[in-house]
Amino acid sequence: MSFLKSKAYKTFKKPLIEANPISIAILGICSSLAVTTQIFPSIIMVLAMTFVLTFSNITISILRHVIPKNIRIIVELVVVSSLVILADQLLKAFLFDVSKQLSVFVGLIITNCIIMGRAEAFALANGPWLSFWDGLGNGLGYGYILIVVGFFRELFGAGSLFGIKVVPDFLYQIGYVDMGLMLLAPGAFILIGILVWIQNIFTGQGVEH
Amino acid sequence: MVAHLASLALESIFINNILLALFLGMCSFLGCAKNIKTATGLGIAVIFVLTITTPVNWAINHFFLRPGALAWLGFPEADLSFLVFIAFIAVIASQVQLVEMLMEKFSPGLYTSLGIFLPLIAVNCAILGTSLFMEQRAYTFIESVVFGFSSGIGWFLAIVCFSAVLQKLKYAHLPKGLDGFAVNMVVTGLIAMAFMAFAGIKLT
Repeated sequence: MSFLKSKAYKTFKKPLIEANPISIAILGICSSLAVTTQIFPSIIMVLAMTFVLTFSNITISILRHVIPKNIRIIVELVVVSSLVILADQLLKAFLFDVSKQLSVFVGLIITNCIIMGRAEAFALANGPWLSFWDGLGNGLGYGYILIVVGFFRELFGAGSLFGIKVVPDFLYQIGYVDMGLMLLAPGAFILIGILVWIQNIFTGQGVEH
Repeated sequence: MVAHLASLALESIFINNILLALFLGMCSFLGCAKNIKTATGLGIAVIFVLTITTPVNWAINHFFLRPGALAWLGFPEADLSFLVFIAFIAVIASQVQLVEMLMEKFSPGLYTSLGIFLPLIAVNCAILGTSLFMEQRAYTFIESVVFGFSSGIGWFLAIVCFSAVLQKLKYAHLPKGLDGFAVNMVVTGLIAMAFMAFAGIKLT
């Protein structure tokens, strides 16, 4: 119970909806669109991203008094790319198919604006414990959008979830057709636009950004 | 050969547009499109940096990183391909810095118009993404020059189209929640749909 009132919990909760890295801060859009044609690769991407984000936050936060100010971007890039190499090697070793499917987008976690943004805005100013929760929160906030987008794109685009057909056969017989556009780029753009619209209606945000 | 390169260029500008089909470089795309002039400047800077970094990264990959690349140093079985990410991002960051310094020295006019965008570009995923695609698709040197340049052109076209649409959108009355990020994504989707019409065009 005391955890729910602690600062760590607040740091964790804020980026989930209220300061969501994708829909509110508009960071890291690239991968949220590219990997979400199916739900399973989306989940793997979220795990890789959360792993890198959390540990880069912790590392940079520990090193924050040691890093010289004018070369901090390079130092941050080195920390992040080492973690990404680790994540990429793990994926290649244990989940080769998914890693093929995600192709360059695992590598592109390096230039994902969320990571640099959190390192600059949070980890450089806070201790490792809070940075850990901030990284986790942002990773999951990013993840929730990815999984929702992946869910809808796979459901409407291919009529399946996790690769298993869920749209019943009789619907196809009476003329239902999978919407192929959902699997292509424009479907992703439009779907994420609509999702953010819905989220804005519920949270009452909008206009000011 | 020429037809093959032209077809590669056509494909990376229109059909597999780096932004509209591969989603790379969205952050600066959404951030800097409010004004056509800024968008054009950023677009030109991206073309410039892509044309330089892709071939240089090709050379780094070809002579140092790919499996068997170190044979000329006497290590034929060495495979450093896991270092690709860190090497590419270091090359990109240092080249952006280098280009910025050279430009300031030799072409101050261009520097004042592009200067502010260059640091932004170091963390633009379009740049790293193009290098990674180049590595993954095993392009030759010439192909990587063409691929880098035409990906830049594709990105430039996309951001200029988008910012032109945004200018018109300023005067539209949109529902409160749709305004801003949401409508930007829908507009990008529509532009992407227009670019999809190029699919299937082949020169060879």
